[in-house]
Amino acid sequence: MASTRDIRRRIRSVKNTAQITKAMQMVAASKMRKAQQAALAGRPYAEAMNRVLSSLANRVGSISHPFLEKREIRRPCALVISTDKGLCGALNTNLLREVGALPKETVFVTAGKKGKQFVARMGRELLADFDVKDDASSYKIKQISQFLIEQYLEGKIDSVSIFHTRFVNTLVQKPERTDLLPIGKLEKLQAGTGEHSESAIQPDENLQYIYEPSGDEVLSALLPAYIHFQVYQLVLDAKASEHSARMVAMKSATDNAKGMIKDLTLEYNKVRQSGITTELLEIATAQMAMA
Amino acid sequence: MAGKLRLVVVTPEGKTFDDDVEQVVMPGVEGQLGILPGHVPLLTAIQPGELDLKAGSRGDELAVGGGFAEITGDRVTILTDMAVKPEDIDEHAVEKALESAKQALLEKKAGPEAAELMALIQRSTAQLNLKRKRRTQI
Repeated sequence: MASTRDIRRRIRSVKNTAQITKAMQMVAASKMRKAQQAALAGRPYAEAMNRVLSSLANRVGSISHPFLEKREIRRPCALVISTDKGLCGALNTNLLREVGALPKETVFVTAGKKGKQFVARMGRELLADFDVKDDASSYKIKQISQFLIEQYLEGKIDSVSIFHTRFVNTLVQKPERTDLLPIGKLEKLQAGTGEHSESAIQPDENLQYIYEPSGDEVLSALLPAYIHFQVYQLVLDAKASEHSARMVAMKSATDNAKGMIKDLTLEYNKVRQSGITTELLEIATAQMAMA
Repeated sequence: MAGKLRLVVVTPEGKTFDDDVEQVVMPGVEGQLGILPGHVPLLTAIQPGELDLKAGSRGDELAVGGGFAEITGDRVTILTDMAVKPEDIDEHAVEKALESAKQALLEKKAGPEAAELMALIQRSTAQLNLKRKRRTQI
């Protein structure tokens, strides 16, 4: 049986761990609130963009744009939006499991260190890695989508899918795949999270828009904006997921540490008590022998 | 023309402006564009510049980045990547950003970064112009 001093030392170390996880939980909680607000702030923009896109889709029937054309896919590209740090439960594991199942010819672009490390470990081809901080501005994130657009237009990649974690609520985050390029059918476009399609406002059929300079030109300016926004929104979603997952993971770590402290304290008291009992017995026996 | 115009300015970061106005002047790609209530439905691209609006006796301005404007009879929706009120513009910070962007552009003449830098320069210039105009008026 462990000595009382060993147990005391263990209690102390578990207490320290609990303090750290508690602090991390607090930090993650405040970051989570901010990230969730940022993710929600994009909603009005998404709705307005959906309205404009669908009105254009009705009007400009058959338009040819590189983003809309399907071509033979020889080099698919996957954008993996992961976290930089661990300690967020199974978030990255779940996401990367899907990434690992991709065909061999897939090339990768990553945002977040975990995804980058994973791609390197698998020995896959990494096109670029972007560093996305928590307070990343839309311009920063635009670099990612700009890079993807250029690679796509140059024909270096033939399709782009995004692997990211969808923020459902604080307790649930779902790894998901969103196909970005080619866009395919215009009518099906849903900017933003794509989840709130019921709130998408249907364009008024009677409104015949005038386009300036022209429908085609507005559309070809709008499609890149749509791509940029989509990537931006998914990165924010991933950030919200990350901080929620970390908060939950740290909360359960704190709870576990507390449980452990309780068990260890009980153990400590038992050992101490049995030590005292033995000592008393020894004294009593010694006294009886003397008498 | 007693009607009102609902002006909504949205960026990916959130709603910047949402109120009734009487007139909006926006920087369209083909020149300044004045919108009054009852305008025909119009969908246009806008370039970085100033957005002037009039509501009652009050006039207001916003520095906006590139984007789109959707105009229906009584509603103007501006989708842009930047919208700043003059009082929120930090002149020194913008000047600094503009300077460093110009420097960086000299080194990188082409490529994706150059395009992004150009956009940054345009946005910064729009902000500075608005801020300076504001000051000469006062």
